[in-house]
Amino acid sequence: MTKVFNVAKVREDFPILKREVNGKTLVYLDNGATAQKPQTVIDALTKYYTHENSNIHRGVHTLSQEATSAYELTREKIQGFINAPEKESVIFTKGTTDGINLLAFSLGRDFVQEGDEIIISAMEHHSNIVPWQMLCEQKKAVLKVAPINQRGEIILEEYKKLLNPKTKLVSIVHISNTLGTINPIQEMIAMAHEVGAKFIVDAAQSAPHLKIDVQALDCDFMVFSMHKVFGPTGVGFLYGKKELLEVIPPYQGGGDMIKTVTFEKTTYNELPHKFEAGTPNIAAGIATSAAIDYMNQLDWNAVHLHEKELLDYATAQLKLIDGLRIIGEAKEKASVISFVIDGVHPYDVGVIIDKMGIAVRTGHHCTQPLMDWFKIPGTIRASFAFYNTKEEVDLLVVALKRALQMLR
Amino acid sequence: MSIAERQDEVVEEFSMFEDWMDKYEHLISLGKELPIIDEAKKQDNNLIKGCQSRVWLDAQLQDGKIVFTADSDAIITKGIIALMIRVFTDSSPQEIIASDLTFIDEIGLKEHLSPTRSNGLVSMIKQMKMYAIAFQTQV
Repeated sequence: MTKVFNVAKVREDFPILKREVNGKTLVYLDNGATAQKPQTVIDALTKYYTHENSNIHRGVHTLSQEATSAYELTREKIQGFINAPEKESVIFTKGTTDGINLLAFSLGRDFVQEGDEIIISAMEHHSNIVPWQMLCEQKKAVLKVAPINQRGEIILEEYKKLLNPKTKLVSIVHISNTLGTINPIQEMIAMAHEVGAKFIVDAAQSAPHLKIDVQALDCDFMVFSMHKVFGPTGVGFLYGKKELLEVIPPYQGGGDMIKTVTFEKTTYNELPHKFEAGTPNIAAGIATSAAIDYMNQLDWNAVHLHEKELLDYATAQLKLIDGLRIIGEAKEKASVISFVIDGVHPYDVGVIIDKMGIAVRTGHHCTQPLMDWFKIPGTIRASFAFYNTKEEVDLLVVALKRALQMLR
Repeated sequence: MSIAERQDEVVEEFSMFEDWMDKYEHLISLGKELPIIDEAKKQDNNLIKGCQSRVWLDAQLQDGKIVFTADSDAIITKGIIALMIRVFTDSSPQEIIASDLTFIDEIGLKEHLSPTRSNGLVSMIKQMKMYAIAFQTQV
């Protein structure tokens, strides 16, 4: 297949980008929260409910067979997408949060004991803080936080100091949803392995931006959501090394995850089904294939260049605004820009530029401890996808200037 | 003037604005004019924490009427607070309990009361009514 990237042409694939908001053409800069869907994904959802709807892994009838094959095909595509060594290592979840909770439960049961330590970083999303806090409380384990510097980068020397034989787990975000920082995950994984700790990568923000290779990274686990990768909501994936997934207990009990059930004793199904209790979000699971196909036909070298250009251009243009301060100036950064503006509250800015058709996120971005660290109540965040353009950056800047005229 | 009459007054005031920008500019100026709450009252027990903006609310009973003072870190939220205070000003607890706040919808600012905005306003209105219920026994 010929790889292509032409932003005008790519935009044609996303019908929502043509709609109007408050009488203005939508400028969607909230891709960090969720990405828009190409027509092929929308069509796949409709097609499933129109032609294929049936439960998977259960029926002998044709529809069930077709739906099962389509669902399992997605697993293979995700295997390819993250370069997992085998498809049994790819577990369907509801999303990133679900994946982390699964790990906190299943890894936590036998892997973490009283006095053990779990390391996260100062820039984690609440979903990569709270499940570990809950586990630590239950097990009397200790949660350690790797600090960051003013640019919003993890201080590797400090992280190294936290690692010790009591460290059982490290769970770190690959790309910060608030700061855009791309963390040196590969190096951090190697350092964790030296003390025998297992490493979980929160790839929620990196899956839509970076080429992911779990074998090259040598991570023990990885979690991400499809809705941020131009796919449907309600489905995500957990990758785990097979030998680890085999020894940890299931997360939820129910149908599909069992081999035999008697009232005395239940034996669990094999991987990956052991972790997939109950009827999943089949439609979203199947439509995920269309999202992965879409990703695969893009020229990713060109996408990276385009996103880098958007980041650099937006950073330069935003910095020209009087009193604007960018929060998160890591050397390695994805196309996410958080900022605050002197004398105005992010909420007010968000409300006013929404009136001009511009969708950004305002607030603490589910990273309250990070906001506390920077001593700010929240930020305004513009997060770009490959379908965004420089013209949209210009519209953002015009809208911000207008908002400031009103607010100051 | 009753709460209903004061609501009508606000609706009429806002009917002058033709576009959203004029309306918001007015709201912002109301927010700026709102007397800043006494720092001593900006304590956690007066804080209504929204996800997006924070609101402080204090209420005192004076001569059978409730006097609200409030503040917010976001100016648009503060503008709406100024309107709320104006509508409720000098009202008895009974009047506040019985009131039906329709003006925010009528002036086209209903979106600010949506729970997804999480700006503390919905909780503030609830809290205002709670104060009224509590003060009712003292009148």
